[in-house]
Amino acid sequence: MTADQIIFLLCAVLILGSSIMVVTTRKLIHAALWLVAALFGVAILFAILQAGFLAVVQVVVYIGAIAILFIFAVMLTRKEMLDKGTQTRSNWWLPALLGLLILAGLVFLILGQPIFGRTAAAMPEGVDTLRNLGFALVSPDAFVLPFEVASVLLLAALVGAVYVAAGNNK
Amino acid sequence: MSIPLNWYLILAAALFCIGMFGVLSRKNAIAILLGMELMLNAVNINLVAFWRYLDPAKMAGQVFAIIVFAVAAAEVAVGLALIISVYRRRKTVVADEIDLMKW
Repeated sequence: MTADQIIFLLCAVLILGSSIMVVTTRKLIHAALWLVAALFGVAILFAILQAGFLAVVQVVVYIGAIAILFIFAVMLTRKEMLDKGTQTRSNWWLPALLGLLILAGLVFLILGQPIFGRTAAAMPEGVDTLRNLGFALVSPDAFVLPFEVASVLLLAALVGAVYVAAGNNK
Repeated sequence: MSIPLNWYLILAAALFCIGMFGVLSRKNAIAILLGMELMLNAVNINLVAFWRYLDPAKMAGQVFAIIVFAVAAAEVAVGLALIISVYRRRKTVVADEIDLMKW
């Protein structure tokens, strides 16, 4: 058991524990805060995987924007379901069973493929992943078109969100 | 880097299943979106792990993860705007009670 593996296991416990709290805790504001913990664990995983840029983007975009948006939405709508009734449907055991079945199937499939047991090769010498990523995002030979499509999608979604949430559209 | 690839895959599968349980079992529409975020994060873990383990010289996995980020941000913005709009008109965020278009 090397240091890498111990860090990974601690991180996995953080992610899975806080995501279980996200889906089971009664108070939604607590669920949103547990989501922040889970997202932070995923950022640590990205750092372990040597994707430093994605780790920073995870913290800035997910924790800094999306989780805060959730907290605002919970605060705008909280009166309705706070502390009364249950938060889960009456037949919650059915999704739980389905989730366990799918998890068992996936684990069976993953462990059945010997190629997935490999460990990572060392990062090749002289490869600057951040520089490569920057070139890949703007190079016509690589991914400039998906990148631009994603930005147009984001712009359209944000304009639509402002229009829908503004509320005075008669 | 002595972690086998399948540790990441199993962690992502577990995270995906937990998120799916949240989506299917919660009543509150905002909690359903929280579960969806967990599922998108599981996908991202898989993409980045495959990038690192299979082809770190090409950046396809990381670019795909960035596009998933953008789609997640768009989904959350539109979803929460719809929920707030519905809450303003009908005073409810329970997914079962938003049944105006239910046949």
